[in-house]
Amino acid sequence: MTENTPLKINTGFRLQWEPAQESHVLLYPEGMVKLSSAAAEILGLVDGQRSLIDITHLLSEKFPEADLAEDVKEFVEVAITKGWIS
Amino acid sequence: MSKDIDGPRWLLAELTYKCPLQCPYCSNPTDYTKYSSELTTSEWISTMRQARDLGAVQLGFSGGEPLVRTDLEQLVEAAREMGFYTNLITSGVGMDAERVARLKQAGLDHIQISFQASDEVLNDRFAGTRAFQHKKEMAREVKAQGYPMVLNFVLYRDNIDRVEEIMDLALELEADQVELANTQYYGWALHNREVLLPTKDQLVRARASAERYQDEYKDQCRFIYVIPDYYETRPKACMSGWGKIFLNIAPDGSALPCQGARQMAHIDFPNVRDVSLEDIWFGSDAFNVYRGESWMRDPCRTCDHRHEDFGGCRCQAYQLTGDARNADPVCSLSPDHKKITQAVTMAQNQQPDNSVKVAFRNPKNSKLFERSEAG
Ligand code: SF4
Ligand code: SF4
Repeated sequence: MTENTPLKINTGFRLQWEPAQESHVLLYPEGMVKLSSAAAEILGLVDGQRSLIDITHLLSEKFPEADLAEDVKEFVEVAITKGWIS
Repeated sequence: MSKDIDGPRWLLAELTYKCPLQCPYCSNPTDYTKYSSELTTSEWISTMRQARDLGAVQLGFSGGEPLVRTDLEQLVEAAREMGFYTNLITSGVGMDAERVARLKQAGLDHIQISFQASDEVLNDRFAGTRAFQHKKEMAREVKAQGYPMVLNFVLYRDNIDRVEEIMDLALELEADQVELANTQYYGWALHNREVLLPTKDQLVRARASAERYQDEYKDQCRFIYVIPDYYETRPKACMSGWGKIFLNIAPDGSALPCQGARQMAHIDFPNVRDVSLEDIWFGSDAFNVYRGESWMRDPCRTCDHRHEDFGGCRCQAYQLTGDARNADPVCSLSPDHKKITQAVTMAQNQQPDNSVKVAFRNPKNSKLFERSEAG
């Protein structure tokens, strides 16, 4: 992956808001993970078109006071290793 | 609604106990023929709605063989609309390309197909019917239609030495994930334990193979190796605790905290036909009886591990010690631990012996169990 590669949520994974858990969860065959609000913000922008650069850009517009670039990159790498996105 | 109890997260909908297969380790009750009445389509939809409102989000359609139900597509569609993640847990028998497509259209998220072995002869011997070639075809179809696919292999004495062939088959079929699940000894499997329980050597080899494949093929497929608790000294944290996240609805509408619980004759399991799921989950004796820790006895009552393993599996404690409040005998601190070690020793000393009779899971044998319980 380069910073410009479009990212997509892998087949079988679904991001969803769960009122009962008051959080976003990522659902997959026979399992789920509860996401932090930061993780949900990032995954919510993964749409098969946007790249890491695009996502970082959008998030820094939304949260101008934070310096997010490193955190976003780190999370995206973890999400790729876990097979959630590619 | 009680404040300190969370709602269920997992709903296992056992749509029917009917099944064209006869696996001798089946998780259905041994006396399953006793419960022949099945919930209707609208009763299932209402049950799923209630579970969803309580917070359940993962939904497994299981059985028996769920494909036996002709309203499966309808149920999947309804579940998907409610926001469930829908898993179909099937033997593949009763499936064809059209049905795979119809289920996809209904919104089914994932299909898990179970195999009994990696070759036709052994597979069909343990399935009690010809099924292997069809399963393979269906696995290919499921992948071709774009589903994520999990394959499930229950491991037992006769197939565990072929675990590499099993993993090769899974790779060939392009499974996304494979469960190599050592048999859990409840119900049918407990009855057939002598035939099924592998030796320590077999397990050591199988585990090493699984680890090797896990590493070598990690970009292709996830291999999940489920250890057999009989060879452990601490029990598994069963279902994350009784009445904690897991809710099983049996074909006739009985609500159970786990699939094995039905054998507990001292518990009156409530039925979704009579009571709301909310009352069942939060208020029923059946779901409260082993919730938390207050029911525990020694050695669990004062043991430091009790917050992590909840004293192990209640069903295992019940069926091996006669009282579900006892520690799971898998635990080396249990005074009944020798019941496990004896079975393990027997497995060690046993020669491969085809004279031991396997009780296949079928209506005839089930009726025998029913009668022996009554008498
Ligand atoms: S374990 Fe075998 S017999 Fe039991 S429901 Fe599944 S496929 Fe049928
Ligand atoms: S004594 Fe009970 S709580 Fe302690 S480890 Fe054994 S089963 Fe778990």
